[in-house]
Amino acid sequence: MLAFTLRRFLQAIGVMLAVGVIAFAMFRFAGDPVNQIVSIDTSAAQRAEIRQSLGLNDPVLVQFGRYFINALQFKFGVSYQFRLPVSSLLAERLPATLELAICATLFAMVAGILMGVYSALRRDTVLAKLFQAVSLIGISLPTFLIGILLIYLFAVTLGWLPSFGRGEVVKLGWWTTGLLTVSGLKALIMPSITLGLFQMTLIMRLVRAEMLEVLRTDYIRFARARGLTTRAIHFGHALKNTLVPVITVAGLQFGSVIAFSIITETVFQWPGMGLLFVQAVQNVDIPIMAAYLLMVSLIFVTINLVVDILYTVVDPRLRSTVGRAS
Amino acid sequence: MTQPVLSVRNLEVEFVTRRATLRAINGVSFDIARGEVLGVVGESGAGKSVTGLAVIGLIDPPGRISGGEIELSGTRIDHLPPEQIRRIRGKRIGMIFQDPLTSLNPLYRIGDQIIETIRTHTNLTETAARKRAIDLLAEVGIPAPEKRIDGYPHEFSGGMRQRVVIALAICAEPELIIADEPTTALDVSVQAQIIALIKRLGRDHGTAVMLVTHDMGVIAETCDRVAVMYSGRIAEIGPVQEVVRNPLHPYAKGLMGAIPTLAGEDKRLVQIPGSMPRLSAIPPGCPFNPRCAFVFDRCRVDRPEPIKQGTQAVACHLFDPAKETAA
Repeated sequence: MLAFTLRRFLQAIGVMLAVGVIAFAMFRFAGDPVNQIVSIDTSAAQRAEIRQSLGLNDPVLVQFGRYFINALQFKFGVSYQFRLPVSSLLAERLPATLELAICATLFAMVAGILMGVYSALRRDTVLAKLFQAVSLIGISLPTFLIGILLIYLFAVTLGWLPSFGRGEVVKLGWWTTGLLTVSGLKALIMPSITLGLFQMTLIMRLVRAEMLEVLRTDYIRFARARGLTTRAIHFGHALKNTLVPVITVAGLQFGSVIAFSIITETVFQWPGMGLLFVQAVQNVDIPIMAAYLLMVSLIFVTINLVVDILYTVVDPRLRSTVGRAS
Repeated sequence: MTQPVLSVRNLEVEFVTRRATLRAINGVSFDIARGEVLGVVGESGAGKSVTGLAVIGLIDPPGRISGGEIELSGTRIDHLPPEQIRRIRGKRIGMIFQDPLTSLNPLYRIGDQIIETIRTHTNLTETAARKRAIDLLAEVGIPAPEKRIDGYPHEFSGGMRQRVVIALAICAEPELIIADEPTTALDVSVQAQIIALIKRLGRDHGTAVMLVTHDMGVIAETCDRVAVMYSGRIAEIGPVQEVVRNPLHPYAKGLMGAIPTLAGEDKRLVQIPGSMPRLSAIPPGCPFNPRCAFVFDRCRVDRPEPIKQGTQAVACHLFDPAKETAA
C-alpha cells in the first residue's frame, strides 16, 4: 500500500516537472518578456537594465532553476497588467472558483446518481425516458449556450436570480465565501447548474449503464435468492459496485470542472480564476497564464492521486493485489 | 405417507418473446420428501435450471410461470406476491448457484454477507448473528472461521467460496435447498468434498435437496431419486439405482449408456443421434420421437403422460398397456 502510494506520488512529481518546463517555455516563446513590460519609448539602455535585473541574461538552465524554486514557493512573478504578484491575484480568486466547482460537482453527483439509479431500476417508465432525453441535451449543448438560456429564463424573463457576479460575500480570513448570504447563494445557483450539467449527464449515463450491468451479475441473483430486501440489493449491493467507476469519473471530472469553469465564469462574470485567465489571455499576461497552467495541472495530478488511493479503499481486491505486488 | 417438502404439479414456464411464446417447462410434476435428495439431470436447455428458479420464484421477465402449482410443505407458493416470496427465499428455500467465483459480492466481507442474510430472516442481534455466522462457516468446513469471517471473497479459493455460498444458503435453516450445478465450476477433488457436504447437511438437518446437474456421476453418488428431463418435461423419474441400472425411457437408456466406465471394454460410448429440439421447434407428440430408436406412429401425435412402472414413472408410450389402441 505504502509502496503503491509512493510510486504514484513520484509519477505525479514527474508530471509536474514536465508541466513546469512547458510553463517556463511560455515565457521564452511568447515573445520577449522585456517588450511586454516596457513601453515604446524606453531606451535601449533601460531595456538592457531590465533584462539584467530580471536575470534574462543568465543561461537557460539557471533561469529554469530559479523559476522552479520560485514556483515551489508559490512565487509566479508579477502580472504585467495588474503590477501585482500573480500568487496573490490567484489566491484572491481561488475561493470563488473552488466554491463554484464544488457546488457544481455536488449538484452533478447527487442529481446524476439519483437520476441514474432511477432510470436503471425503472427503465421503462416515462420519467426514465425523459431523463435519457434530457441527458442527451445536457451532453450535446455547449456550456455557454446553457448559461445564456438560463440567464434569459431566470434572470431576464422571470427575474428570480441575478444574471452575473457572486452576490454579497463574507470574508473568513483570506477566504471569501458566498455561501453565507442569500444573494451569494442565489448567485451560485445558475453558474453551478451550468458548470455541472455536463458532468451530471455523464454521471447519470454512467450510473445507469453500470447499474444495469451490475444487476445482471450472479451475485445480485444470489442476493435475491438469499431473500434480501429489494432495497438492500439495489442500494447496498448494486449501488456500491456501481460506484467504483463513478468515483473515478467524478474525481477526474472535478479537475475539468475547475479548468473549464473559464467559460461559465465568463458567461456569468464570476470573479474567479477562469475569468482572470481569460483577461490574461487577452492582454498576453504570461505570468498569470503560466501560473494558471501550473495550478490546473497540480489540481489534476492531485485528484488523480487521490482517486487512485480512494480506489483501493472502495475495492478490497485492489488493496490486496497492490499489497502483494509491493 | 408424510407430506412432501416440495410438491410440483404440472408446472409450466413460458418465455414471451416478440416472435413467439416459448414453453420452456411443460407439465413437470415431482415431489421431494424431507431429507431426500432429488437429482434433476438432462442436457443443456432441458429445463433443469428453469425448474429450480421457478420453485424459488426467480424467473425473470419475459419468463413467467404460466400454469401448475408449487407447494412448499403444503402451502402454495407459486402465485404469492413478490414481497411474500422474498420472505421465503433464503429462509425456507436456500439456493446454491453454479459459479462460486461470481456468486459472492466482491466488495463485501463474507461475514457481512452471511450476517446480512441471517438478520434479514431472523431477529438476531448483530453479535448473535456473527456468532451464528462463525458456527455456519465451521459447519461447512472452513478452517479458522473466526478469522476467515472477515475475509473478502477474493481471498478464498473456488472450493472454499462454494462452502461460503452453501453456508449462505443454509443460514436460516431452510426446508429445501436447490443446488443448481453446484460442482460444475470446481475441480474433481473439490467436487467430491462439496457433494459430501451437501449430502451431510441434508442428512443432519433433514433438509430436502433438489440437485440440478448434468453429471451422472454426481447423481449416482448423492441422490435418492432422480428425474431425467428432456425438452422441458420429465422423461423418467424414480429411485436412483433403478434409473441408473435399469432405465426404461429410451432417452434415459441413451443417457446412461453414455456414462464411461473404468472397467469398460475399449469401445465407443453409445451416442444418441441428433440433438435436443430448440424451444421454438418442439415436435408434436413425444419431443424425443425424432431421435428415438423405438418410435412408432402414436409418438408423433400423442404426448405421453408419466406411467407408473414399479417405483419408476416413465413418460413413454412403449409402457402404455394400451399402446396400439389409442391415437
